[in-house]
Amino acid sequence: MQLSPSARIALRVAAGFGFAVIYVPLLLVLVNSLNPDRSASWPPPGLTAHWWSVAWHNSGARSALWTSVQAGLGATGIALVLGTLIAFAVARHRFFGRGTVSFVVVLPIALPGIVTGIALNSAFSTVLEPLGVGLGLFTVVVGHATFCIVVVFNNVVARLRRTSGSYEEAAMDLGADTFRAFADVTFPLVRSALFAGGLLAFALSFDEIVVTTFTAGPGVETLPIWIFDNMTRPQQAPVVNVVAAVLVLLSVVPIYIAQRLSSDTATGSRV
Amino acid sequence: MTAAAQTAEAAGRRSTGTVRRLAGMLHRRPRLRLSLLLTAPLLWLAVLYLGSLTVLFVSAFWTTNSFTSEVVKVWSADNFRALLTTPVYRQVILRSIGVALAVTVLCAVIAFPLAFYTARVARPRWRPLLVVAILTPLWASYLVKVYAWRLILSQGGLADWMLRPFGLSGPGFGLPAAVLTLTYLWLPYMILPIHTALEQLPDNLVDASADLGARPGRTFRSVVLPMVLPSVAAGSIFTFSLSLGDYITVQIVGGKTQLIGNLVYSNIELNLPMAAALGTVPVVVVVLYLLAMRRTGALSSL
Repeated sequence: MQLSPSARIALRVAAGFGFAVIYVPLLLVLVNSLNPDRSASWPPPGLTAHWWSVAWHNSGARSALWTSVQAGLGATGIALVLGTLIAFAVARHRFFGRGTVSFVVVLPIALPGIVTGIALNSAFSTVLEPLGVGLGLFTVVVGHATFCIVVVFNNVVARLRRTSGSYEEAAMDLGADTFRAFADVTFPLVRSALFAGGLLAFALSFDEIVVTTFTAGPGVETLPIWIFDNMTRPQQAPVVNVVAAVLVLLSVVPIYIAQRLSSDTATGSRV
Repeated sequence: MTAAAQTAEAAGRRSTGTVRRLAGMLHRRPRLRLSLLLTAPLLWLAVLYLGSLTVLFVSAFWTTNSFTSEVVKVWSADNFRALLTTPVYRQVILRSIGVALAVTVLCAVIAFPLAFYTARVARPRWRPLLVVAILTPLWASYLVKVYAWRLILSQGGLADWMLRPFGLSGPGFGLPAAVLTLTYLWLPYMILPIHTALEQLPDNLVDASADLGARPGRTFRSVVLPMVLPSVAAGSIFTFSLSLGDYITVQIVGGKTQLIGNLVYSNIELNLPMAAALGTVPVVVVVLYLLAMRRTGALSSL
């Protein structure tokens, strides 16, 4: 399309403005972690790394991080198994209600988190509590896994749809049984999709706050819950600043891995 | 060959035999294979998830004892009647839909020129890097992004500092702050589909339009825009539904503003049936929005 030079300049300016809007808040979080002052007034009176060492020794933040990692790993594990099973059923079989299955998988992430949260909360308290199982890390993992299934499913089903079943048939014609064909042919084909789906599932779980609020028992505090609880306390502000900065820095890791994978899987879309 | 080795080999043969038989059975019976694949996930999703959802929405038709806050399991549509007739509820519902629409429009207005630049103006060599630059903030924590806006909008923060030379001050915490923050949060979900659509737009269509005498403005209106609109609609599904259900952002930067999610949250402890009834509102609105967007072909370009 032939654009006039002035239109090109206007678009460049608009795009520059857009990228500034996207990145200035993230940069501000990084700079603010070096702010010696407890208030967020701009510009900061100076720069110091003092709060980074304070945050490193903060036991609340540390144990919250550990809880988040545990919840994320648990939820990712369950989501990998269940998501892959559904993906194989939907991509390799025709059955009544196939469309409904793919719809139900998306539902936990399509509905507002608060609806999923209170539904699971009342179900857990009516079913599990009489059995003597209270809300705790276990219920957080169950809640997270429910909405993580969809990202694994999406990645694996997309891969299976692109690779036809003829590879497996060829393996079987050459004498491999169902298990052998899966291990030697199908699994290597979907491995990177599984990895991408697992990465997305972990990121989704690590970042989740609403469902966590309703499924975590007393004393179970994930990192987002910790940040939310401490955000409004002026005493804790510098430590929250550092934790926020660390999370911004960490968000580069999955992008780097996704680029290294350089696969066509939907690593970009988190839904 | 020793006797022990022979026995071991025979056992090995037997176990491979079992595995082969099992594999053969699975191969011959696709129904069995299918049911093995689906049992665990369907138990999880249908029984655990859909079951809890159903119980929640059934409980919307129950009431609570106003003294003890205990749920009374008597059927009535009182909660839904209250939803439609109480002025506060109606106001909050309309405000939430208004916020979701405002966020969607703002996202589209900011995203379009940005995506047009990254997909058609920037040098092809730079385009993959620009896509990464759009994607990266999606991986940054939701809460951290809201926190960033809390820092920007707080008293004496970046917004105040930037506006001071003009004799103005930042919007502070309130409804505009909530709209602004939600726009920031969901912006990448709008940029990406528009970028993809613009990138896939065939050059020869644009050339043909120019050959037939259309000026750039006309080409944009008659060729580019109709082909990109389904993607705008696809992006709007995210921006609209994510904004409608949000209550954390409003709690952090919204001041005293209440949206539908905050009403649900404040009712959970004292009146769970009312919270459930309020919770149906965003679900129904999002479903209606999805049905409306399906007519534009947005769902197939998701």
